[in-house]
Amino acid sequence: MLDDRYKLAFEAYPYERNSDQDADTPVRHPVVIMGGGPVGVATALDLGRQGIRAIVLDDHEGVGMGSRAICFAKRSLEIADRYGCGDPMLDKGVVWNVGKVFYEDRKVFEFNLLPEDGHKFPAFLNMQQPYFEQFMIERARELQAEGMPIELRGKNRVDGVVVKDDHVVLTVMTPEGPYTIEVDWLIGADGANSPLRGMMGLEFEGRVFEDNFLIADIKMKGDKSFPTERWFWFEPPFKSGSSTLLHKQPDDVWRIDFQLGWEIDRKEELKEENIRVRLDAMLGPEIEYEMVWSSIYTFQCKRMDRFREGRVIFAGDAAHQVSPFGARGANSGMQDVDNLGWKLGLVVQGKSPESLLDSYDSERVFGAEENIMNSTRSTDFITPKSEISKIFRNAVLNLSEKHAFARPLVNSGRLSVPCVYDGGVLNSSDDLHGGPDRTRPGAPCPDAPVGSGFLMAKLGDDFVVLAINADVPGMLEEAGITARVVSISTEDDSNGALADRYLGDAKSAVYLIRPDQHVATRMGAYDGMKLRSALRRATGQEV
Amino acid sequence: MSDLNLNQNIDKPDDFYADLLSAHEGLSKAESDAFNARLILVLANHIGDREVIKDALEAAKI
Repeated sequence: MLDDRYKLAFEAYPYERNSDQDADTPVRHPVVIMGGGPVGVATALDLGRQGIRAIVLDDHEGVGMGSRAICFAKRSLEIADRYGCGDPMLDKGVVWNVGKVFYEDRKVFEFNLLPEDGHKFPAFLNMQQPYFEQFMIERARELQAEGMPIELRGKNRVDGVVVKDDHVVLTVMTPEGPYTIEVDWLIGADGANSPLRGMMGLEFEGRVFEDNFLIADIKMKGDKSFPTERWFWFEPPFKSGSSTLLHKQPDDVWRIDFQLGWEIDRKEELKEENIRVRLDAMLGPEIEYEMVWSSIYTFQCKRMDRFREGRVIFAGDAAHQVSPFGARGANSGMQDVDNLGWKLGLVVQGKSPESLLDSYDSERVFGAEENIMNSTRSTDFITPKSEISKIFRNAVLNLSEKHAFARPLVNSGRLSVPCVYDGGVLNSSDDLHGGPDRTRPGAPCPDAPVGSGFLMAKLGDDFVVLAINADVPGMLEEAGITARVVSISTEDDSNGALADRYLGDAKSAVYLIRPDQHVATRMGAYDGMKLRSALRRATGQEV
Repeated sequence: MSDLNLNQNIDKPDDFYADLLSAHEGLSKAESDAFNARLILVLANHIGDREVIKDALEAAKI
């Protein structure tokens, strides 16, 4: 009745009977999250830390087997750090900066991510998805112990959903039978095949790519190893696939991805002896390795029309799917949570109108479109769909070996960066003359060293008035919402990064920053009227 | 920013045309296709201006 659909990497939330199961009438909860993956648990962390009771329902009892997402972007790590679990990720993950691109039998060029100084987190950190999930679940347990209202219910499968105007009724199956609860808000974080989407009959449209990719995660034996770099082959000479990706993970594990084409015998290809034939051709016969995990995947680039349907809100893969090139799956899911958490918090606390949640829809649809566009373009480059597109692709690769101009055209994945909500409904005007483009309204705040720490840690969870070389009278209060003041002088800016990222040509600046660290508005000096108006707009109280 | 020039702009057009054909001499169809693709990329990069390139893409449609 509640059979596992997949093996677990580890048990994290074993089934326990809860009091809702013994209630005479269905208990009402503010927020229930369907799905205990990274997006679901992150949502619970976000809400729980705001003091809002968040219950995660998952039909399994822990984290699924397999490394799956391996490449976590700076922004995801910053979000996790805000929740209090960024440091263990930094300790565990593998930092990489160099990427090499090979075409047939030769290296055509290499690139360096050349990470900008003055950030707490690197551009990317590789780690198996179960670690990422583990650190968040461990954090959830710590917060629970501190009394924060987070609950993770394993083997609680939502079998029935009835959406009402102002709540949702859920029928939840457990090993001890079903129970019913009512929820004010239901978050669908139940993954790419979202049963919730299915139960609600919502469409999920987009482009299906006719290609199969074989993942093999291997652990090297002996002292033979590869450098900590991303290697990508187009049409590799070892013929193990029409493209191949090699990437490092912690624990001496390497991710290898082979592009197999469309007409394959899935079952045959997944046999270990057949995977080993491909690996041996690539690595050479003398290399010994152990196979850790393998899988064949196909992918699609699609999204739901709307991420909000009344009292039901979708996030992560349930709302949108992209190809894996560019690491835009789990990373965009974390940005969804970042965007949703504070907004839902304000609505649940009665401080903002429900319509604020429509900005979750518009901003994250905008983000999903950007991710789909980037990942579709990468896919068209990696797996050309016509003869002429292959001719151009190979022309780019051949030219890239000799000529610098062709290298930016090589697209083996455009790696995830957070989206700038240009033109977003919550943005107010940009009144900082000479201000840097990267911190315009709608943009995510870049980190910068401040004193002995980092700016990100000072911003944190609430609205912030960030004053740089500017006088601010005190915290800003408007319509029941408070914005804390963070005052910084460029004297604390030892390497000039803060000035470079937030002042540009201006001498001073005042920013209003949202709880998800996106800029709402900015100006050269404190202007209370403007800031109040921007705060109302950013909280959905003035449109 | 300048507009796409669709008037004569190459000195000694017959010589240019001969150069173009001779670059393809001895190439197979596949090699010629690849060469043309590389040539387009090199020229497009030289132009650089995306508006001009877009106009050129339109002009080439006839």
